[in-house]
Amino acid sequence: MSDLKKLGVEVLSMSVDSIYTHKIWQEEELSKMVEGGFPFPMLSDAGGKVGQVYGVYDEDAGVENRGRFIIDPDGVIQAIEILTPSVGRNDAELFRQVQAFQLVRASKGKEATPAAWQPGEPTLKPGPDLVGKVWQVWKPK
Amino acid sequence: MGEEELDLGCARPTGGPVGVQPDQVPPEREGKSIEEVRKPMVSVGKKAPDFEAPAFYEGKFKKIKLSDYLGKWVVLYFYIRDFTFV
Repeated sequence: MSDLKKLGVEVLSMSVDSIYTHKIWQEEELSKMVEGGFPFPMLSDAGGKVGQVYGVYDEDAGVENRGRFIIDPDGVIQAIEILTPSVGRNDAELFRQVQAFQLVRASKGKEATPAAWQPGEPTLKPGPDLVGKVWQVWKPK
Repeated sequence: MGEEELDLGCARPTGGPVGVQPDQVPPEREGKSIEEVRKPMVSVGKKAPDFEAPAFYEGKFKKIKLSDYLGKWVVLYFYIRDFTFV
């Protein structure tokens, strides 16, 4: 999570738990797992109204599935991942995607990142010259 | 930034979507309930639906509104429950 802060990313976490439950979880548990505790706002969506709009609310269970939305500075959703409860996420992939979206935005869309791109690796410059020539600049791992 | 501190009494604070109101239902939605209108309406490349919700942050209870974060990258996380470990 502190890695996201270094990328200038704000995190908002949300569940159907109350803000009072969030407080106790932070103080009694999270702060003992991570120094300083969870460093971002913990939002309450009691009733799941926001989760419904975002397509993550499970009405039968009354809880929200693991949804993760990357939202750019214009408020546009760039990436969505939704998992059922039993499988946890991989923050490394989130960091990779955030850095890729930030690079593409900084290039004003002139650059794109190929599959499995990692920060620091070459990017693609989409255009007439690249058609049929991706093999010259990028090889699958 | 979207961090108005909440003055809590015994009322249960809750939030919700901002901007979706029954009297603003577009014509093609007429005859459908607000619940139907609230069916998922997110997709990549589209604006993230605005919302506001109470939050616990930096030791205080605050009101957070997504649109107050315009100009910043935001990762919005939903998860199952506090005190679970996956």
